[in-house]
Amino acid sequence: MDHADVKKSVRTYLMIGAALFVFTGITVAVNQVHLAIPAAITVALIIAVVKGSMVASVFMHLSHEKRWIYGALILTVLGFLILMTVPGFTTMDNIGTPVHTAPAEHASH
Amino acid sequence: MNIPYTVEARPDSGLSNGKLGIWLFLASEVMLFGALFSTYIILRNGAVEWPHGELNVWLGMANTFILIASSVTMVMAWASLKLNDWGKHRLYLIATFVLAGVFLVNKYFEYSDHLARGEGPWHSTFLAIYFTLTGLHGLHIVGGMIVMLYFIGPGAKLWKKNPDQFANRIEYTGLYWHFVDLVWIFLFPVLYLL
Repeated sequence: MDHADVKKSVRTYLMIGAALFVFTGITVAVNQVHLAIPAAITVALIIAVVKGSMVASVFMHLSHEKRWIYGALILTVLGFLILMTVPGFTTMDNIGTPVHTAPAEHASH
Repeated sequence: MNIPYTVEARPDSGLSNGKLGIWLFLASEVMLFGALFSTYIILRNGAVEWPHGELNVWLGMANTFILIASSVTMVMAWASLKLNDWGKHRLYLIATFVLAGVFLVNKYFEYSDHLARGEGPWHSTFLAIYFTLTGLHGLHIVGGMIVMLYFIGPGAKLWKKNPDQFANRIEYTGLYWHFVDLVWIFLFPVLYLL
């Protein structure tokens, strides 16, 4: 990044900082409304994802990074998504639940 | 022997070694916190009841504002170096360090309030994951503060010898610091609001 680019970026950094403040305020304000749990989780996580994307793309300069960084991050995102789906497997199995089998037919001797 | 590619980019990756190194480190950090978020989901799904309103939302919100402000001052510390303004760089880096300290002081008040009521990590599943997640995050804040302190103190000498390398080091410190902010952006709603 050259001198002129950095000068332009300074304004962007301050604006993103202000936007992050506003989004934090909105998150707390929505929480005070006491939405149903699924709606509250959805809204809070959407705002958190938006805020996180702003930090990553602007402050961490991911909006104009090199291919190697994106390559490493694609693998990371894939690993992260696997980690987030792992909890689902804990409710997919039937460990601990009684297994009901049909009564066996006894052949008469 | 000098370490190669500390300032200039490698011809194959187009990146300096430090830049690639810090991003690979951050990738491993994503997996570390990801595993704990995954644990949180398992514990919450398996719980008969999940407490609401146990934590002080306003203190959590104040800490979110503090960390966002510290991210802004951190990136401004790097931008000031790129603009050759050493005085502003020092000011912004010290401000980031102070804001990190204020975050920890707030956390201390939160922790001591819980512990005074006998609500330690042993008290409930929620408090166990709360102390684990925020404790690990707090350790990352302390780590960042140590690095910042080094660049405020003895590490600052590099600016005179090799300004580009020093600016790169501040950029890597910033990348780590923004990641710490990013983790808190998710921790705050997950623990304090939901």
